[in-house]
Amino acid sequence: MSLWEYANPVRFMALSGRVLPWLAWGAGLCIAAGLFWGFFLTPEDYRQGSTVKIIYLHVPAALVAINGWLAMLVASLIWLVRRHHVSALVARAAAPVGMVMTVIALATGAIWGQPMWGTWWAWDPRLTSFLILFLFYLGYIALWSAIEEPETAADLTGVLCLVGSVFAILSRYAVNFWNQGLHQGASLSLDAKENVADVFWWPLLVSMAGFVMLFLALVLARTRTEIRARRLHVLRLRERME
Amino acid sequence: MMPELGKYAAEVTLAYGVSLCLLAALVAATVLRSRRVRRDLREMEKRRED
Amino acid sequence: MRALLLRDLRLAVRSGGGFGLSLAFFLIVTVLIPFGVGPEPGVLARIAPGALWIGALLAVLLSLDRIFALDREDGTLDLLATAPIPLEAVAATKALAHWLTTGLPLALVAPGLGVLLNLAPAATGWLIGSLLLGTPALSVIGAFGAALTVGLKRGGLLMSLLVLPLYVPTLIFGALAVGRGGAGADAATPLMMLAGVSLGTVAVLPFATAAALRINLR
Repeated sequence: MSLWEYANPVRFMALSGRVLPWLAWGAGLCIAAGLFWGFFLTPEDYRQGSTVKIIYLHVPAALVAINGWLAMLVASLIWLVRRHHVSALVARAAAPVGMVMTVIALATGAIWGQPMWGTWWAWDPRLTSFLILFLFYLGYIALWSAIEEPETAADLTGVLCLVGSVFAILSRYAVNFWNQGLHQGASLSLDAKENVADVFWWPLLVSMAGFVMLFLALVLARTRTEIRARRLHVLRLRERME
Repeated sequence: MMPELGKYAAEVTLAYGVSLCLLAALVAATVLRSRRVRRDLREMEKRRED
Repeated sequence: MRALLLRDLRLAVRSGGGFGLSLAFFLIVTVLIPFGVGPEPGVLARIAPGALWIGALLAVLLSLDRIFALDREDGTLDLLATAPIPLEAVAATKALAHWLTTGLPLALVAPGLGVLLNLAPAATGWLIGSLLLGTPALSVIGAFGAALTVGLKRGGLLMSLLVLPLYVPTLIFGALAVGRGGAGADAATPLMMLAGVSLGTVAVLPFATAAALRINLR
């Protein structure tokens, strides 16, 4: 029994059908709990006031936005190397979820930046990199929807995802070089001194777990839909032939 | 019930509102498309059995 | 390969090949900018490096579709794919031809347009140098974008959406080199980064381009 067994669509459908409800409920519970905890039960920050509560949306969304692209990269690599159709569909399913997360991270960041930095938008390296990430998501999704032949679309978007990943990293460095930023360093690191205070940390952790589960649940659900859609497509073609 | 949000109440509620709306839209789109495809597929398979 | 290069060059230079068009486009963009931002020399000098780079970039972008689209339409691309030279070499050669007919002339006329935008005289050398070093990357990346969208009916807009984000590093380093050069600051670092981006893309992207072409020709 190896992991690759789940590349078989039938097995994938069976397993994902069993896992999906748990993931969906877990995501809903964790997000509700994390956001409730963060919104109602945490104190205000002594400098940021109540705007610190935006962190419970901003950081998890940003986390999922970046790792969503990473998931697409891995799925595309598996598709290009091992030709498992499920993998290509996972990459396709992850893109819109990642894009919405990018938008949430940008929007909450802008709303937070308005009172704190005095501006909705600053050409800070982190913000700029996220905007570029959003453009990459946009192009990727546009390419998927532009090509009709499913196998060609999967191949071309896979190649685009690989090249895009290299350029995303390159842009990150270029943007760093181009402008020094306002954005604070990572809110989470193993170095305890850099971390946010514990009162903010625990609800944030719950919220992050919720966002990650939501991402997984949505990707699984969308992949299942894509598999069904492909089967439907094949059946329609067959019907037309008969 | 509402916590005291101080002078940034508008910003905080706006951030939560926008994000939750976006998440809800994403979930709704996923569920709706899933339902539609599932229904079409079921119809198609039933038709093929007949 | 040399025959292919010469053929592409001849096709581009011949009337209707679009050789002069990208230069004319570059000129028009440059002329439009002062209308948009006002004629004050200080403002123009401040934005000239970025404006010239963006103009050159857009001029390159508009000429990308001729790399593969025409050859695809008349079947030449299928012949090239079955030719004894590897498709990677075809991709590299066509990108080179594109650069010779677009990037190189753009770099050569850019100083003249710099005068229109009141570019600092000290920056002129950096402008030519950065365009010479950077436009190869634009051509190679563009060839990749063109290969991705070659099978599509209206691929032009989609191609811009795919290619422009990939142009970000080149644009940043290129415009930065010109700006810093004009201000008398250290411009060698961004220029070297720019050269690095160009060399890296020239080395790697023809393989991706060839892969995309193979997929599209299947």
